[in-house]
Amino acid sequence: MHRKAISAAEAAALITDGSSVMFGGFMGVGTPTRIVDALVARGARNLTIIGNDTARPGVAIGKLIDAGCVAKCIVSHIGTNPITQKKMIAGEIEVDLVPQGTLAERIRAAGAGLGGVLTPTGVGTRVDEGKQVIELEGQSFLLEKALPADVAIILAHEADYNFNLTYRLTATNFNPVMALAAKLVIAEAGEIVPVGVIPPDAVRTPGILVTHLVERPR
Amino acid sequence: MSMEAKEIIARRVALELRDNTLVNLGIGLPTLVARYIPPGIRVHFQSENGIIGFGAPPPEGMEDPNLTDAGGGFISAMPGAASFDSAMSFMLIRGGHLDMTVLGGLQVDARGQLANWMVPGKLVPGMGGAMDLVAGARRVVVAMQHVAKGESKIVPELTLPPTAARPVTLVVTDLAVLEPSAQGLILKERAPGVSVEAVRAATAAPLIILGDVPEMALTP
Repeated sequence: MHRKAISAAEAAALITDGSSVMFGGFMGVGTPTRIVDALVARGARNLTIIGNDTARPGVAIGKLIDAGCVAKCIVSHIGTNPITQKKMIAGEIEVDLVPQGTLAERIRAAGAGLGGVLTPTGVGTRVDEGKQVIELEGQSFLLEKALPADVAIILAHEADYNFNLTYRLTATNFNPVMALAAKLVIAEAGEIVPVGVIPPDAVRTPGILVTHLVERPR
Repeated sequence: MSMEAKEIIARRVALELRDNTLVNLGIGLPTLVARYIPPGIRVHFQSENGIIGFGAPPPEGMEDPNLTDAGGGFISAMPGAASFDSAMSFMLIRGGHLDMTVLGGLQVDARGQLANWMVPGKLVPGMGGAMDLVAGARRVVVAMQHVAKGESKIVPELTLPPTAARPVTLVVTDLAVLEPSAQGLILKERAPGVSVEAVRAATAAPLIILGDVPEMALTP
């Protein structure tokens, strides 16, 4: 039995205002842009977005910033998006900066059933403010809590009719860890192929983790 | 910064490259280092967005939108390249698998601590991968101008927020090579034609000078 794909607009309707939304992507590469466009079109508001960066104005997740869909960003970098910076300074968007490796591990922890991780990254910097420092075997670690989300929006290279996913080169980035870390996982794929086309060893995200797949553009 | 200054820094940093090692170059000046790899050495470059073994930008019109560097620029993949997700990428960085990183800097202090991710009230780009790189790479080399806007970037104590508690391994500037130690910054080398006195004058932090300070060698 095959599963049914939904439209990008239907996907955007499932992402309710005020949700926390994880998005794959690194400078826009690996971000599911059709879902982003549908969120802009439906006028989403008060989203907390969680991802590596806010790309550039007009590009990928940057479109959500431009359109006023975002109340808070949990990201490692906003240096390439002057609009995010402007809105942060104006107090329109809250920005929580997280070291990139810590962001990946906090998301991984959420999907792996861990309460958090111990990392040396950020010890002795502004990042450690208000956090527990734990000494282990003579080394200092920060206790960084797991970071789950309501929704993850994922860009895959291929999806099959069972929603098994593969990824492509540097468009992989945060997508695989995010596919485990949210209650609702919505994937968009470059190609949708019959079951069996993707060999089991090539599947990076088992389809059972994917709640919805966005249909091909019509 | 003049092209000459950048080139001196990149050509000196390139001498730190070792054969068959994994190296991450930060955005900006550090990426120039790849132009000056010493002959006979093969370096595996990592880009933290998820690849080891990337190559020069592809011919125009042949770019793959799924193959980019950490700055979002198009790259190619060398034979033998490997791609992976962000968790794996930072396992490589934090887990002691990265032999060297080269990063830009805003300030380095007498203890060798680096500040390179924000200027409070002025510039808040975010740390990206810099904090993980400084915490985790086996060797951390800072590549930066010695003086900017008339002020020394080598300071007694950081006035900008630090990137990590851990001191860096080596600082290469357009004027000198400095090595942090428990006693302070050791002046190891000076740039071609630059005197020890000129380095001292351009450095706000105290310098330790042990005997003769040689001129730095540069890769071809």
